[in-house]
Amino acid sequence: MSSNNRKKLLLMGRSGSGKSSMRSIIFSNYSAFDTRRLGATIDVEHSHLRFLGNMTLNLWDCGGQDVFMENYFSQQKDHIFQMVQVLIHVFDVESQEVIKDIEIFTKALKQLKKYSPDAKIFVLLHKMDLVQRDKRQELFQIMMSKLQETSSAYGFPNLVGFPTSIWDESLYKAWSQIICSLIPNMATYQSNLKKLKSVMGAREIILFEKTTFLVICSSNTVSGELLDPKRFEKISNIMKNFKQSSMKLKSSFKTLVLNNTIYVSELSSNMMCFIVLNHSDDPQDLILENIKKAKAHFQ
Amino acid sequence: MNSEENSDKATILLMGLRRGGKSSICKVVFHNMQPLDTLYLESTSNPTMEHFSTLIDLAVMELPGQLNYFEPNYDSERLFKSVGALVYVIDSQDEYMNALTNFAIIVEYAYKVNPDINIEVLIHKVDGLSEDFKVDTQRDIMQRTGEELLELGLDGVQVSFYLTSIFDHSIYEAFSRIVQKLVPELPFLENMLDNLVQHSKIEKCFLFDINSKIYVSTDSSPVDIVTYETCAEFVDVTIDLHDLYKIQGKEDALAGSTGNKPPPEVKGVSALNNGVVIYLRQMIRGLALVALIRPDDTDVESCLTVVDYNVDIFKKGLEQVWAHARITSPEGK
Repeated sequence: MSSNNRKKLLLMGRSGSGKSSMRSIIFSNYSAFDTRRLGATIDVEHSHLRFLGNMTLNLWDCGGQDVFMENYFSQQKDHIFQMVQVLIHVFDVESQEVIKDIEIFTKALKQLKKYSPDAKIFVLLHKMDLVQRDKRQELFQIMMSKLQETSSAYGFPNLVGFPTSIWDESLYKAWSQIICSLIPNMATYQSNLKKLKSVMGAREIILFEKTTFLVICSSNTVSGELLDPKRFEKISNIMKNFKQSSMKLKSSFKTLVLNNTIYVSELSSNMMCFIVLNHSDDPQDLILENIKKAKAHFQ
Repeated sequence: MNSEENSDKATILLMGLRRGGKSSICKVVFHNMQPLDTLYLESTSNPTMEHFSTLIDLAVMELPGQLNYFEPNYDSERLFKSVGALVYVIDSQDEYMNALTNFAIIVEYAYKVNPDINIEVLIHKVDGLSEDFKVDTQRDIMQRTGEELLELGLDGVQVSFYLTSIFDHSIYEAFSRIVQKLVPELPFLENMLDNLVQHSKIEKCFLFDINSKIYVSTDSSPVDIVTYETCAEFVDVTIDLHDLYKIQGKEDALAGSTGNKPPPEVKGVSALNNGVVIYLRQMIRGLALVALIRPDDTDVESCLTVVDYNVDIFKKGLEQVWAHARITSPEGK
């Protein structure tokens, strides 16, 4: 049981590609600006993160300098690559040595095939902000087809990739999807959320993890409604900023009510819900009571 | 208030040597530019005007550093006569002796033309200085300007100094103070806010300009920079979230325009775990009231009801002050 809930995530990539930066932003409440303080990661840095109460994420941030890399693939290979659920490989899009980057990636895949063949592979093409806006999509396609080819050759056909940057919401989007792939009872959450939505007559309900503000799932909105497709990540970003600013008052926030239509509230000890209502005339007490009642279904 | 009479806009004149950071300040404060993006700004070659209206109509005029103001064909007399405040930007990371001399000459001229002008100095780019060095620099600059002005026989001129940086909230704080001096209704506003604070269990409240996040007024208790930052960030949070789901709001507004109903005002309430409540209400003319409420032992619900009621009254008061200001300003001409 306990082994079932412990998830080992490997974070790999060449030195300076931005592994520790993204980890600090998502899990340690750094702002993008703060990451310039980070130095190089020596060897492997482990972080244990409780996520959704019963799940523990063991994040292995593997320092990317060549000396360490050699080590991972020789002496430490069984230690590192055993029992891996997810490999997240970070590529610097501005890198000068693409061949070398891919070589490291193939080495990692080779070991992974041997020690944990069921692992899911995600690649993040990072520092996308440095690429011209109109060239991003094209570059992403080229890189992904190349990487897809490589990973299929090593027996991992289901490669998922994201373009990311710490300066916009893309990082949250990528990490939300990575984390979601690890949650076993997602379908239950989804159906509960849909029920809650119809009971409350809401326009949309989104479920967030509390510490990281990553999206867990959302009630599907009626198609045809024109909503910002990037809204989840934007909300993550906004709420995280707010969390940080409420920390300046030496506290954390409990609820947020906006215009009587947007409610942000705690749903369980590790989830926040973000509810958008259709009408602003429902009494606030009723909504809060509904949220309280709904808590029982999301434990 | 003479400047008010000369033009219907209060104008702030932004001056300083080249590469001092004037354009960056303008872009960050009035155009919400990311501070890091200001690295790519070109040097300004022509005087530029920025208009923005809060409770009063303001114009910020930026003069390029390399311009020679005292050329005979440049009408600097009219220029200095029409402005309410002269803001001089000094780059604290650079050699600032030239800047001080330049500043003294400008002050001499401006003061002669317009003795009512508010003179403000921004000791800028202090983010690169250590805490001790900041204080030393400030003292040094204050002392040297004092000497320069004394030499010119201008020892009676009041000069205010601010340590600023675009990478934190200090620039907003400085601009808030500068703008406040130009708001003729400031004493009324402060009084109204004080009243509101006393009767609503409010710890601190600000009247923000939503676009620029500078505060037009606050109650008379001292301003704590952390409180200000939190409140300013709360404005961002509510406006951003509000914009995300605005489509429906637009429909409402459209439906409302036919029925002559004003668009719904933005209101945000957030309860923190330590009992503090952050409260935001949109006011008139792009202003928002942000308050920190400490309900303490009373019931939060009833406390908020009282606040709602009091803020309604405050808003009405604000509308009246504004209406009155509009009546009097043409008479002043």
